[in-house]
Amino acid sequence: MIAADESTSPEGLSRRSFLLRLQAMGGLVLVADVLRIAKAAPTDPPKYGAEGMPHGTVDSPLVFLSVGDDGWVTIMVHRSEMGQGVRTGMPLIVAEELEADWAKVRVQQAPADEEKYGSQDTDGSRSTRHFIEPMRRCGAAARMMLEQAAALSWSVPVAEVRALNHEVVHQKTGRKLGYGVLAKRASKLPVPARDSLRLKSPQDFRYLGKGGVALADGHDIVTGQAQYGIDPWFKDMSFAVIARSPVLGGSIKQFDGAAAAASPGVQKVLQMPASIATAEFHILAGVAVIANSTGAAIAGRKLLKIEWEDGANGSYDSDAYHDALHDAARRPGMVVRESGDVDHAFQSSAKSIEAEYYIPHIAHATMEPPAAVARFTDGKCEVWAPTQAPQVTREDVAKHLGITPENVTVHVMLLGGGFGRKSKPDFATEAALLSQAMGRPVKVTWTREDDLHHDFLHTVSVEYLKAGMDADGKVSAWLHRSVAPSLATLFDPKINHEVPPELGMGFINLPFAISNLRLENPEASAHCRVGWFRSVSNIPHAFAIQSFVSELAASANKNHRDYLLELIGPARKIDPRSQQDSWNHGESPERYPVDTGRLRHVIETVTQEAEWGKTLARGRGQGLAAHYSFLSYTAVVVEVQIDDAGRIKIPRVDVAFDCGPQVNPDRIRSQLEGAVIMGISLAMFGEITFKRGRSQQDNFHQYRVTRINEAPTDIRLHLIPATDWSVPLGGVGEPGIPPIAPALCNAIFAATGKRIRRLPIKDQAKRTT
Amino acid sequence: MELQINDQTVAIVAEPALPLLWVLRDLLGMTGTKYGCGMALCGACTVLIDGQALRSCVLTLEQAVGKKITTIEGIGATPVGAALQGAWQELNVPQCGYCQAGQIMSAAALLQVKPHPSDADIDAAMSGNICRCGTYTRIRAAIKQAADQGAKP
Repeated sequence: MIAADESTSPEGLSRRSFLLRLQAMGGLVLVADVLRIAKAAPTDPPKYGAEGMPHGTVDSPLVFLSVGDDGWVTIMVHRSEMGQGVRTGMPLIVAEELEADWAKVRVQQAPADEEKYGSQDTDGSRSTRHFIEPMRRCGAAARMMLEQAAALSWSVPVAEVRALNHEVVHQKTGRKLGYGVLAKRASKLPVPARDSLRLKSPQDFRYLGKGGVALADGHDIVTGQAQYGIDPWFKDMSFAVIARSPVLGGSIKQFDGAAAAASPGVQKVLQMPASIATAEFHILAGVAVIANSTGAAIAGRKLLKIEWEDGANGSYDSDAYHDALHDAARRPGMVVRESGDVDHAFQSSAKSIEAEYYIPHIAHATMEPPAAVARFTDGKCEVWAPTQAPQVTREDVAKHLGITPENVTVHVMLLGGGFGRKSKPDFATEAALLSQAMGRPVKVTWTREDDLHHDFLHTVSVEYLKAGMDADGKVSAWLHRSVAPSLATLFDPKINHEVPPELGMGFINLPFAISNLRLENPEASAHCRVGWFRSVSNIPHAFAIQSFVSELAASANKNHRDYLLELIGPARKIDPRSQQDSWNHGESPERYPVDTGRLRHVIETVTQEAEWGKTLARGRGQGLAAHYSFLSYTAVVVEVQIDDAGRIKIPRVDVAFDCGPQVNPDRIRSQLEGAVIMGISLAMFGEITFKRGRSQQDNFHQYRVTRINEAPTDIRLHLIPATDWSVPLGGVGEPGIPPIAPALCNAIFAATGKRIRRLPIKDQAKRTT
Repeated sequence: MELQINDQTVAIVAEPALPLLWVLRDLLGMTGTKYGCGMALCGACTVLIDGQALRSCVLTLEQAVGKKITTIEGIGATPVGAALQGAWQELNVPQCGYCQAGQIMSAAALLQVKPHPSDADIDAAMSGNICRCGTYTRIRAAIKQAADQGAKP
């Protein structure tokens, strides 16, 4: 409650259970679910995929779909839409098995209720791969119920009828009954048992893998009717902005809110509860200004006089921290994977090459900043939020209000971008607390400045690599030290190593055929909120490794593509356990090995399509990078054009992508197009710096992102066709990002001879002479 | 004060210096126009003021009085707006969609004065609108498609 003591102690339950999970579950800790993995006894067999998530999966058609008398089919979507297309793709799976006509399908968003719907955390590029099977079963079960209802109506054996495009047909007589007519009768029939379900044969698919369907929200978006978390509006609502502690862990020494309270339109000035020792997803210490419009609240906030107590992180300086990470990377660290005799191999190598890469903090900068609406009445709270984690939102809000989760309803709104930021529901908790205090609906909006000052930032890291080569330029020894504060520090600030999901993002699971290899993870501590940003630790790991391979190829005077393929070695399926990767994206190592054949294939495809090695004009260059992440395989060729002033243009980007079977190819393409742009953004401009514990970037003039005039005009996507639907699905939302930055920097090297090892690129392509 | 929004007259009681964005969103509940930066840096709040694309986050209520204001809720009533909304849907332009209202408003202002814009025209007119999801290639294609379909002012 407002101004009351925060009751969760640093030794509170969530942190303890988190640590327990880290230890007991080892690699099964999933990034998004550090707070709440299903409780498993140490002797239980490991659970993989969706079943390893809290609340697993639900596949009952009674939960996910209904058929109206008018024939309209309503399909419930329980995952959050943030631009990845889940509100189109997930219902499409149900509609496919239901034999529904997509034109007669409505989509409805499920509120937070994991016991009813199964896992709702929308991150980790998991929604489709975890729910394709349960959603197919939902649709198939309902289709069989409709067929049964028709057979009963006609008094014929069910084997003689068949559902086809929103009606059931009696094949002998040609009689037909529409789904609307059959709905009532079908709804009274038992749901067929899972083992009796007849799934459609993929060759009969009308929607899956085909595309050509409109977006569920396309019309509402382009006409301004779509409802995002920032949009709910009630006549009696108040609008709040909050001045938050500029330093993580800081608190208010004293404040004077009199001038703010007297500002036009301001209704109230309230102190938020004090910050606590562990960040988790808790709100930050601050002062709220509540007004009759957000604009009035912003104007009032400027008049607040607050004296902050910065606390331990008040000296955080990102330049000094870079130097500390650099020093750590030059000393041996915790060995996380080792094979052969690296030290001996270095001694006997013909030459050795080393390089160090730096990837700074990156902010999510979702176009819709964090925002939420809450209405607290009679001990119950309704929340409207753009949340990637509905259930966590429900539980966090309940905990902070001091009520049970059953008394909290979370309406999941459209997200104006998520990218991992909106997995952390501090903004919803703020709205709930303020509504409780005000006794009326309150909307909390984070200004862009708030967003860039208080984000759960992408980690900062130094990656040090050293390779020994034989006389032919072949790698004989490989040492990689990755140093970065872990996102697990949100739950325990004392954690100073990357946790299994971070190691497993392209570091520990290096798919190279090198006999002598050692991977180390020196210690690092966090001084701001470190969270997960789309692709997470794959970003620094891929940037370092894929840049370094290009450096090695250049040093050995070899073609980068041939050199990369040789490092990867022959096509084979690597057991992730043999790489000490206990995480494997939470998936079964048997079902999801690392398939170097598929990795090779995307590299071969993209280089062929991009005409790798073609003759280019002066100032032009091509760069290559490939990366396996979220169980999918991506390879990229970026072409740059750099003028004498060092200005970079990116005329063309080719991407080859293998994610296994493709549910909605159009949204796979759009995710890859977007990943190219976001990857260029973070490579070119992405950096949040700190001085005196404070983020130094206020708005888009200081935290630049790619604009249309800077974006490549020619993005060519090469999706690897997959017709075998028994191949397990890979992720789509994230794997497009990691190879972009290294491919871009490798292209800059090809064009200028200049090697960029420290992101962002900014004006580093400028010739110094 | 009175505002002319989408061909309707609306009476407003508020501080003259309140940005038009908050008049639309918070006082009138017209939430199609989006907040993104508050400094005219991102274009999410773009509306048409007498046909010109302006950022409503820095335009005050006072400055908007007496002008013809068009928002995303009203742009579909114009041929250009309808053509753009159609092309946007046909090409499945949006990802999260949050910036798209502002994109369409900027594109509508562009097509009003340049019915057949070049790539450079599109760059110039649209570079004030950020899309964090990265839908730029489809935005460009949709503007061209709307232009080709003969969207006339």
